[in-house]
Amino acid sequence: MEKMTNAKRQTLALLVDNEPGVLSQIARLFSRKGYNIEAFAAGATENPGVTRITIDVLADDPHTELLCNQLRKLYPVYSVKWLNSENSIYRELMLIKVLAEGGEQRNDVMQLANIFRAQIIDVSSTTLTLVVTGDDDKLTGMANILSEFKILEIARTGVVAIERGIATINDESKERGEFNYGKNVL
Amino acid sequence: MRLVGSEILMECLLEQGVDVVFGYPGGTILNVYDSLVKYKGRINHYLTAHEQGASHAADGYARSTGKVGVVFATSGPGATNLTTGVATAYMDSSPVVFISCNVAENLIGKDSFQEVDSTGVMLPITKCNFQITDVDKLASTVRKAFAIARSGRPGPVFIDILKNVTAEEAEYEFVPREQHKEKGLLKAIYERDMPDIQKPAVDEEDIDKLVSMIKESEKPLLICGGGVVRGRAHEEFNQFANLIDSPTAVTVMGGGGMNGRNPLVTGMIGMHGSQASNIAVNECDILIAVGCRFSDRVATEPETFASQAKIVHIDIDRSEINKNVRTDHHIVGDAKEVLRLLIERLDQQDHSEWKKFVFSYPTETKYDEGGETLNPKQLCDTIARLMPMDTIVSTDVGQHQMWAIQHFHFDYPGQLITSGGFGTMGFGLGAAIGSQIGNPDKSVILVAGDGSFRMNCHELTTVQYYDLPIIIFVFNNQTLGMVRQWQNLIYHKNFSQSDMDRGPDFVKLADAYGLKGYRVNNQKDLEAAIEEAKASGKGCVIDCILDIDEMVRPMVGGGSHITDFMRI
Repeated sequence: MEKMTNAKRQTLALLVDNEPGVLSQIARLFSRKGYNIEAFAAGATENPGVTRITIDVLADDPHTELLCNQLRKLYPVYSVKWLNSENSIYRELMLIKVLAEGGEQRNDVMQLANIFRAQIIDVSSTTLTLVVTGDDDKLTGMANILSEFKILEIARTGVVAIERGIATINDESKERGEFNYGKNVL
Repeated sequence: MRLVGSEILMECLLEQGVDVVFGYPGGTILNVYDSLVKYKGRINHYLTAHEQGASHAADGYARSTGKVGVVFATSGPGATNLTTGVATAYMDSSPVVFISCNVAENLIGKDSFQEVDSTGVMLPITKCNFQITDVDKLASTVRKAFAIARSGRPGPVFIDILKNVTAEEAEYEFVPREQHKEKGLLKAIYERDMPDIQKPAVDEEDIDKLVSMIKESEKPLLICGGGVVRGRAHEEFNQFANLIDSPTAVTVMGGGGMNGRNPLVTGMIGMHGSQASNIAVNECDILIAVGCRFSDRVATEPETFASQAKIVHIDIDRSEINKNVRTDHHIVGDAKEVLRLLIERLDQQDHSEWKKFVFSYPTETKYDEGGETLNPKQLCDTIARLMPMDTIVSTDVGQHQMWAIQHFHFDYPGQLITSGGFGTMGFGLGAAIGSQIGNPDKSVILVAGDGSFRMNCHELTTVQYYDLPIIIFVFNNQTLGMVRQWQNLIYHKNFSQSDMDRGPDFVKLADAYGLKGYRVNNQKDLEAAIEEAKASGKGCVIDCILDIDEMVRPMVGGGSHITDFMRI
């Protein structure tokens, strides 16, 4: 792959068949086209046979377009939407376990948790575990602040995103029809 | 009716109209081969020498007939031996259904004997692939696999059936092919997101826009790509080219999409394209590419390709648009349908001036005539003159492939069978076997190089056993000609590992397989050998000796401007 000078973090939302092998097919496409997946989240949707995947990838705009095109071509893929940050909402969930020995440290952690609207979901004599949701900036910000204490473990879900307003991933467009052309000429 | 899995598979093949299967048996697929006996006469199995040969034969069968090719192979090495053939079919959009069996369910995942994750191996080289673990889903999955292989942009589909599934019983009901889309898995695809649409119509506005672009153009150029061949849109394409009176360049995969003797043809385009084609690309004001993906062998330098022209791309696969070359307009649709709509809206154009300019450059490479030894053009011209006009030409990969495409004239889709995208050496013999089996009434020849032919020459046993009258021309220059050409021009004549200064003796090899072999190094002997071969009605090998330093001309280096011809 040629070098990308304007690579930035791009978010793609996909609807795919909920079948074995589909996730690896999607993931393989990224690696064989030369992209690294920054975040990957998959889960159920309103339709039982369909899984929604949100993928963050580092790429410039032309390459992201090519990637979307290649994804749309796969048979198990229903739709692909390249989300843009101005009209989409991004959320991620993070669990963070911090070493907090003694009352003073524990109080400090709890105060910071309050500022970030994080909840404490587990306490032991030496640790606190927090849960927080938000976009990437907020989660990374909180992790940075908490790093003055000893962070024992972080688990993040990967970002999920949805468009604002009436727009959905299912919206018909000319482009979508064009991609379905090959699939529907059975 | 109650049938076991392997019988259901046979019934499904019959539903699809399949009567030819290529393959090779082995442990896990034995139930299928057992059932094959019951279907003798309805499904004809051709046993090759190697699974790779079977994969190329099914590919050649599919390309030459337009039907779906079918291959059987066993698990493990059987499946992995198919991979080169699968990738070849994938790169050239050839509809083939590859069927292998895997170890039984209780052995899966235990690194059992001849077990491999074959669907995983096939993932990046198939349109779609399936592992069947439940006999109740067998029929529906096979129907889906065939539909996907031949629909839209065709391509290979791989089915892996567990051995126990082939022995288990299930209820089978015959469903005619037209009704497949109303049942099972195909119904789901149909209803998925376009409930009322079978085949989306081509956007009329896009058509109208192209019509006005054509009318404004003074210097149009057409590219006939593989999509014209796969879509069998040759009649429409010829009519379209004649109507807009446009010079037409033909890609390697497009051979046969345009009548090869049509005076509008400028010859091949790209790395070994004719001067007429490549200069026309650079000078035209509109470039209309039909079913072509602007590969690096056509658009050698994508940034400057057709830089003065508006580029219009007609393709069935939306993901090809703007992939390699930025386009100004595109139409997504079946070539046949799009061209028909365009023809309806266009009047006869006249571009005599422009044609005069384009055809002032040669469309074919010239050679000095009258030498003692054979030259590539002389060889091709002699073959073309003595063989019937509609002879199917299968090729391997290398210099001989380029010469064959430069000098033969292909008139209909499926007349040229060649590995364009994947460039698979050793493809030709298997493909010729498949083509001959699919077209028993036509003459089939193989144009091979000495290097390519050695790779899979064991399939001579298949030629002999099934008594296939394939005439094999080995363009023997005692070297890997294309490698030598690059070493000569780019690697300072450092001929590393490219000399074929070793056996076998192809005449003796043919003899060992029970076929006649000839060695010729001049025009007279060549003619005599061809006449004798034709009269015998048997397969044979004609070893044609060429000079070791013969080159494919013209040549544009990879990554260079399309008119930047090397001095050869």
